[in-house]
Amino acid sequence: MGSYIETELIINHKDTELRLGLPGSEDNQQSCNGSIVRSNKRSFSSETTSVEHESICKSNNVSSDTSNSSTTNNDHDHDQDTIQPKKVQVVGWPPIRSFRKNSLQQKKVEDGCGMYVKVSMAGAPYLRKIDLKVYKSYSELLIALENLFKCTFGEYSEREGYNGSECAPTYEDKDGDWMLVGDVPWNMFISSCKRLKIVKGSEAKGLACL
Amino acid sequence: MNYFPDEVIEHVFDYVVSHSDRNSLSLVCKSWYRIERFTRQRVFIGNCYSISPERLVERFPDLKSLTLKGKPHFADFSLVPHGWGGFVYPWIEALAKNKVGLEELRLKRMVVSDESLELLSRSFMNFKSLVLVSCEGFTTDGLAAVAANCRSLRELDLQENEVEDHKGQWLSCFPENCTSLVSLNFACLKGEINIGALERLVARSPNLKSLRLNRSVPVDALQRILMRAPQLMDLGIGSFFHDLNSDAYAKLKTTILKCTSITSLSGFLEIMDCIGDKGLGVVASTCKDLQELRVFPSAPFGNQGAVTEKGLVAISMGCRKLHSLLYFCHQMTNAALITVAKNCPNFIRFRLCILDATKPDPDTMQPLDEGFGAIVQSCKRLRRLSLSGQLTDQVFLYIGMYAEQLEMLSIAFAGESDKGMLYVLNGCKKLRKLEIRDCPFGDTALLTNIGKYETMRSLWMSSCEVTVGACKTLAKKMPSLNVEIFGEGEQADCYVEDGQRVEKMYLYRTVAGKREDAPEYVWTL
Repeated sequence: MGSYIETELIINHKDTELRLGLPGSEDNQQSCNGSIVRSNKRSFSSETTSVEHESICKSNNVSSDTSNSSTTNNDHDHDQDTIQPKKVQVVGWPPIRSFRKNSLQQKKVEDGCGMYVKVSMAGAPYLRKIDLKVYKSYSELLIALENLFKCTFGEYSEREGYNGSECAPTYEDKDGDWMLVGDVPWNMFISSCKRLKIVKGSEAKGLACL
Repeated sequence: MNYFPDEVIEHVFDYVVSHSDRNSLSLVCKSWYRIERFTRQRVFIGNCYSISPERLVERFPDLKSLTLKGKPHFADFSLVPHGWGGFVYPWIEALAKNKVGLEELRLKRMVVSDESLELLSRSFMNFKSLVLVSCEGFTTDGLAAVAANCRSLRELDLQENEVEDHKGQWLSCFPENCTSLVSLNFACLKGEINIGALERLVARSPNLKSLRLNRSVPVDALQRILMRAPQLMDLGIGSFFHDLNSDAYAKLKTTILKCTSITSLSGFLEIMDCIGDKGLGVVASTCKDLQELRVFPSAPFGNQGAVTEKGLVAISMGCRKLHSLLYFCHQMTNAALITVAKNCPNFIRFRLCILDATKPDPDTMQPLDEGFGAIVQSCKRLRRLSLSGQLTDQVFLYIGMYAEQLEMLSIAFAGESDKGMLYVLNGCKKLRKLEIRDCPFGDTALLTNIGKYETMRSLWMSSCEVTVGACKTLAKKMPSLNVEIFGEGEQADCYVEDGQRVEKMYLYRTVAGKREDAPEYVWTL
């Protein structure tokens, strides 16, 4: 038996969830036509979507995850203007042995891959990257950001954001929205933060007034 | 040839080794059948319910090696409810009762109890090799029995099994005079093992060529073990390295490099996380001899390292010897698949899993029919194919037309009509296993070419459009098949109406008739 290399590479991907979304939904990664079973019935009404969603739920023991920004129920599908991509977990998809899934998840907890996100600030000549896993709390993160970009954030309060400061830290979450850093629990922030942006001056005040 | 004495024919048969060839020999004439069955040493049973243990022992009394597979493949993805079947005990019992000189047992997707392992360990004096892949139902107590009682054990290979850890000292159960080990793999065990016992075992096993450890073995112990086994050829570690700059890792690296006989490593490459398309490009440019590649998705961590069609194209350009691929990715394009088909016409196994199961080609918004069509047309030796992405009936037309060597096909969330499934059933002459989930194939697809099922090992259909009535019709017309239908843990008699859709159907050819060990929720029609 000569030289033989069996390579198993673990790669990152955004998530293992199938999403139901009507065509034209803003999430460009999930272009699924809203039907897991009948993938080629492109012309369907929102009514079909909710019916199919229900039958998928029944037949596949699916549990729906409500997206965190709004209530997600079947009635929403009837409103074409407020398209909410539904996160639906399908049994047995993606097809990975549970044994391997468990060891991959364990790996997620243990490994030192790091969670690097880009940090930008208007006016800065280039972006930076920081490893979110290094920090255990918002205060640690903010101090690090302040040092990195030589700015100050001021005191955070739920009501007024970063009051009295020239800058405010914001982040883009999984849904693509720009949020003020500090509103949600740290762990939730870690798992939903895609990138950071430090906004200055009037932008900062604008956010704080929301 | 019939004028030769039996001994001469037996001698010739010794050179005929492959299962299919031996099967062919037995069909030539009655005397060849007789000679073949008494000289047969290795038997492979792809579906443990296709024949009874008694019949096996009766026909092949001189059996030395048995391979058995149990549950359907989709059991790996939690689609088969617990308790469905695949118990090995009746097989071991039958072999023991008939005093078969069993030396090797290889099981895949079977339920193995501690009792079976104990019976195994006590019944066969010359037992040498136990290989368990994706099995469940046993604990470290069962392993202890094997270690303690199998005096001539050469191989204990545990791959991806669900083993309950009873915190015993199973490794210490290998007696001091056991020096015959050639291969030991316990990577799938989750618990701690006695490091001292492991070191002593390795030290007294001069023939040890393959060693795969689990995560509980620390780096320094691994190093000591390697020093005692310079003849090792295959090494697997369970630990994941957090810090590539640590002293421990550096020491380990030097020790491994000193083991000049090692030709294969596993477990190390899992540290290559966040590799992405770029990383695959590096693999493509350095691993020119790569033959098998598996790229798995890991848990989400931001946008890093998403693998797409670009990585696959890079691999196809650099690794021309690639013949087996399992590739999870975010997206795939027809153009990429066409390129891959051109670059790598030697694929034997091609399994593509796009995480969004019905995603079309993102560049053209077209289904991936043409891409997979190119794969089956170009890869004339393709034996196994898994599809994903948006697919119409057209892809099945291509598969039926071109995939002449295809033996196993996995389909999910694909197709438009019964025609799709029929293209495959009518076209793929060598098809043995067909597994389908969440496709719009119904009764017409199921019933149009029923003779085909006798030429196949099994058919799985779940969340399709097949009805109870059609399954009943099929079962009635084909007594040589077992047609099992079941839902998700529901009682079998919930299927009252013929027009009702069947949640899960599994059919397989058999000479053993309806099985006796089916749980309540399985209805064999």
